Amino acid sequence: MSGMLRYQPLNLARWLIWGSFALILLLAPMVFKHGAALSLLSQMGTLMIFGLSYNMLLGQGGMLSFGHAVYSGLGAFFAIHAMNLATAGQLPVPVSMVPLVGGLAGMLFGILFGYVTTKKSGTTFSMITLGMVELVFACSLMFPDFFGGEGGISTNRVYGNPVLGITYGPQIEVYYLIAFWLFISAVAMYAFTQTPLGRMINAVRDNPERAEFVGYDTQWVRYLTLILSAFFAGISGGLSAINFEIVSAENVSAIRSGAVLLFTFIGGIGFFFGPMLGAIVGVFLTVMLSDFTKAWQLYLGIFFILIVMYAPGGLAGIFMMNVRLLKFGKFARVWPALWKILLSALVAVTGLIFSVEMLYQRSLEASQDPVISVFGVVLNSAHLSSWLLAVSLIVLAASVLYSAVRVFKPYGLRPILKSKI
Amino acid sequence: MKGFSLELKDVRKSFGNAEIIRGANLQVPEGERFAIIGPNGAGKSTLFNLISGRFGLSSGDILLNGESIRHLKPYEINRRGLSRSFQITNIFHRLSVFENLRCAVLWSLGYRYSFWHSLSQLKDAKERAEAVLEEIGLKRRRDVTAGLLTYAEQRALEIGITIAGGASVILLDEPTAGMSRSESDAAVELIRKVTVGKTLLMVEHDMSVVFGLADKIAVVVYGEVIACDTPANIRNNVKVKEAYLGGHAPAEVTP
Repeated sequence: MSGMLRYQPLNLARWLIWGSFALILLLAPMVFKHGAALSLLSQMGTLMIFGLSYNMLLGQGGMLSFGHAVYSGLGAFFAIHAMNLATAGQLPVPVSMVPLVGGLAGMLFGILFGYVTTKKSGTTFSMITLGMVELVFACSLMFPDFFGGEGGISTNRVYGNPVLGITYGPQIEVYYLIAFWLFISAVAMYAFTQTPLGRMINAVRDNPERAEFVGYDTQWVRYLTLILSAFFAGISGGLSAINFEIVSAENVSAIRSGAVLLFTFIGGIGFFFGPMLGAIVGVFLTVMLSDFTKAWQLYLGIFFILIVMYAPGGLAGIFMMNVRLLKFGKFARVWPALWKILLSALVAVTGLIFSVEMLYQRSLEASQDPVISVFGVVLNSAHLSSWLLAVSLIVLAASVLYSAVRVFKPYGLRPILKSKI
Repeated sequence: MKGFSLELKDVRKSFGNAEIIRGANLQVPEGERFAIIGPNGAGKSTLFNLISGRFGLSSGDILLNGESIRHLKPYEINRRGLSRSFQITNIFHRLSVFENLRCAVLWSLGYRYSFWHSLSQLKDAKERAEAVLEEIGLKRRRDVTAGLLTYAEQRALEIGITIAGGASVILLDEPTAGMSRSESDAAVELIRKVTVGKTLLMVEHDMSVVFGLADKIAVVVYGEVIACDTPANIRNNVKVKEAYLGGHAPAEVTP
């Protein structure tokens, strides 16, 4: 044993990954220059922290929480009150430290609520979190002084003397503040996965009983993990308070909690970076897609179901599976069938979108002009020809898809889509 | 004089109206290897679950190194130096073999719930896990996901997790169940090797394993320890023969 030689790489890969992550965060606003793009990037940043903190529970601990927005939301409320107090000169907190106020508040409520929720695991845990989020949401309407009632609490993030000329008035400065906290939080949460507690929460996820028989109180492992997760959720809440300058009851709602579950799962719970992909997709779907179509929630729902059914590893799982194919030089064997699948899927989706948009037009805007334009294609929902086009696209693509998928039959679809989670 | 590592005093356990363990008494001296045998349904596994804290006692007491563990939780009992394996493989199936073993040593090395240590910096945990890996012969499978191991390999890992924490009292629940002859021979060698200097209590059906390993054999029938003696004496014990041949569930006593 002792004479064994072991090659210890300098972990260059890890430095490279974190370095390029920092670089991307730095350069992103220079590539996406529009004011709207900057706002999207800022939202993605906060959602990334939120998703990563949620995955500490779901992916790493097997705890399906329906109430994670409680921690980010309450963190956001405390942050916004701190900002208002600071504006009034009663609390010496600079804007850059406001996320920390949110984090500490989230942590405090993690200590409080987590003690109850983590007493049980599995379905019971999920139920209790659902009860808890409803409780907090109800409270938010009962205490309008703190929660601001229907209108919520608003603030102005420009207060105090500017430090180094930074006022946090322009969105770009807020973006860099979010990027800074995102980087710190992501590094910290990744580091957590490499600690004894971080490993034991995996063990507790896999087999709580055995964890008890190697000396660990599983409830305590879950509890501590939840407290830490609530801390980071609170940070993301604090950042969203700065970003939007308003916090309302919606921030502590079950809807918000469900959204983070959705996006984290879409991103992939089996890999650390999964929730980050989920956050990008999430912001695209909720913010951008909702500008284009009224049916965006339908698309989101279908997308989520497809991921759950065919790619439970999420986008990160699909990505890593293909990376492995590339690494072992097998990609060339998959590619001929894969591009057919991708292309036909694209055509089928186009046909589906055509028909969904026409359906929405008929049901919601029946009194208006039946002519709509989708992807530059002019469709008339009152004409048979448009419907025939949509249906034939779907049928055509589906038949190609069917034959292309059959190539994979011997191996199953697993190699491309699924990965261990 | 050596003390008793484990002592059962009139242990009773009822599930509803059914009394499964009816006043079991047993004393295991430090450093000895005990096997528990008995017909199916005699309560051997239940006895293990009582000792390890999986179930609570109805009455009686269990002493570990002279101290009562009756009201302790499984993890508290484990921290006092008792470790057990399971009849049905009970591992962390999504973690690698190495990570399984590292999880099993963390508490005993004092890292508790630490989130301020980096695992890769913990030389002692790594070395201990590697050493156990070598002992159980799974070195080549170090980074394989535990759920993908063969059955015999999983059983070896099961034993590895049990002994990794360095507990002084080891409970093995049917360690060779479902194994082929050669696999179970290898398992016996492994058990002998890893329990040197430790107190061992095992439930086992395979009589060649029992007679090959045990210093003493305790026979459990209907929730009572009816005999506890050396293998040679047990073989000639009238009560034992009666219990096995006299109308109870059959099991071979001959090796």
